[in-house]
Amino acid sequence: MVTDLLIKLALAGTVLFAVLNLAGIQTWVERKQSALMQDRVGANRAYFTVPWWLGGAPVNWLLRKLGGLGLLHPLADILKLLTKEDFIPATGNRVLHAIAPWLSVFFALIAFAAIPFGDRLMVCGRTIELQVAHLDAALLYVLALASIGTYGVILAGMASGSNLATLGGLRAASQMLAYEIALGVSLIGTIVWYGTLDLQQIIRLQGTSPLGWGFVAQPIGCLIFMTAALAETKRVPFDLPEGEPEIIGYFTEYSGMKFGLFFLTDFVETVLVASMTTVLFFGGWQVPWLPADAFSLNVMALLGVAAFTLKVAFFLWLFMAIRWTLPRFRYDQLMRLGWKVLFPLSIANIGITGIVRLVVR
Amino acid sequence: MSTLSEEFLRRIREAHTRRALSWGERIYLPAIAQGLWVTSVHFWRNLLLHLAHRLGLFRHIPASVTIQYPDQQRQTSPRLRTRHRLMQREDGTPRCVGCMLCETVCPAKCIYITPAEHPDPNIEKYAKSFDLDLGKCVYCGYCVEVCPEDAIRMDTQRHDIAAFSRDGMWLDIVELLHPGSKHPTDPPKKFVQLALEDFRQLKRERPT
Repeated sequence: MVTDLLIKLALAGTVLFAVLNLAGIQTWVERKQSALMQDRVGANRAYFTVPWWLGGAPVNWLLRKLGGLGLLHPLADILKLLTKEDFIPATGNRVLHAIAPWLSVFFALIAFAAIPFGDRLMVCGRTIELQVAHLDAALLYVLALASIGTYGVILAGMASGSNLATLGGLRAASQMLAYEIALGVSLIGTIVWYGTLDLQQIIRLQGTSPLGWGFVAQPIGCLIFMTAALAETKRVPFDLPEGEPEIIGYFTEYSGMKFGLFFLTDFVETVLVASMTTVLFFGGWQVPWLPADAFSLNVMALLGVAAFTLKVAFFLWLFMAIRWTLPRFRYDQLMRLGWKVLFPLSIANIGITGIVRLVVR
Repeated sequence: MSTLSEEFLRRIREAHTRRALSWGERIYLPAIAQGLWVTSVHFWRNLLLHLAHRLGLFRHIPASVTIQYPDQQRQTSPRLRTRHRLMQREDGTPRCVGCMLCETVCPAKCIYITPAEHPDPNIEKYAKSFDLDLGKCVYCGYCVEVCPEDAIRMDTQRHDIAAFSRDGMWLDIVELLHPGSKHPTDPPKKFVQLALEDFRQLKRERPT
């Protein structure tokens, strides 16, 4: 019992550690990747030195190199956010204003409990599924949490007592509504195809050959899911709730680390979306074309974790590239895309999938 | 009769009607793929070039257009009008003869000269003090063009003109004769008056 608890705690710790670090690193990736795409150099000036009794010259040399790569900028960011004034407007609701950022980051983080990041490990005769919570309806769980996360954003807009923030919150609500539906409905095709809601099972059914992965079986579903999921993260082509140049957004009245939490939520959600895309459409932890008995079970599981991480990293790169390539949608274009294009397409996808499934069977 | 305004209205209407998008354009995806292709090509090219630069390869192909400003300075044309300097004679005294032409022609009225008699009968006068308020200067270059002695030039290639106060933008004759001798945090000095021997002394202190 205690051992089981400890194992689960260790798994949860690993996932949290990996996700938060990926989210933190993304601030660096965002700066550097956008710089490279635009023929710039990017952040390279933040570094600090330590006194001699903390290591002195060799450590300082390393710090200067890391600073030259811009890797110390996330630290500088956090230092700045933590030392800023935490301001709550007089017209705002103090309690809700304080809760909202935590709500939004909390639900984004616990959604990772259902993401399987590897096959099973065998340690001391005990089988460990590399998934924090083995849920039969993991897919529904993730979708539900992604929807609840919107409450944080809407609350932030409403509790700020500012017109711009309220507008941002309302925009977030209507955008989430428009895309959440397409997101859910686009996945019904996947559920029909594999006949299960269990993410671990979906990955097993996809097999090692990339030709059997979800994006071959569900090309339209994959495309709709990625579009809707990008809208879910509220990043650039779909950043209407935040749109800095026009309404500033739901976190207008937030400062310091509370604002930082909203920023973190965006990045955590991007990681979540990348992992969901990997799991549902790109074979999860399956290593391409590697036969199941090539190595011992544990080595295979670790290889799987590495493959999963690489795939997630690729999708993070792709989403970042999309974010720095496309301009923002206009509000009516966004709504038309959500309600009139993605939603009917995903419904059609269900029908087509059903027919093809029947014929193939 | 087709009037001009009708023609004008027709043009406005034409400019406001948009061409209908084709089906391929309306699904966005080809355009998105094109855009991603362009940005990705830049990304990978610059990434590989940066890595190669670290290894000392392909240094002649720049990986970015950035000039790391305080460390590197942009190469500007020598004709660019940059911060002023006063020319010196061989012994370090200013070449300026105190004719007041630049002070007169200056449209911003930012030059202040105090002339003094020169012991050499072949030289009219010399500038005892020569002050220039960069906070007022409009960089028109008239002072350079009007000078009969080529005593003032605008070719120091200095763009880092910054100060903590309006007074800090004031250049006295020492800074004008020896650009760079004043630090931005130094308290501003106005109307510094120097004798000929002081100029020679300054020249000896700064051999360049």
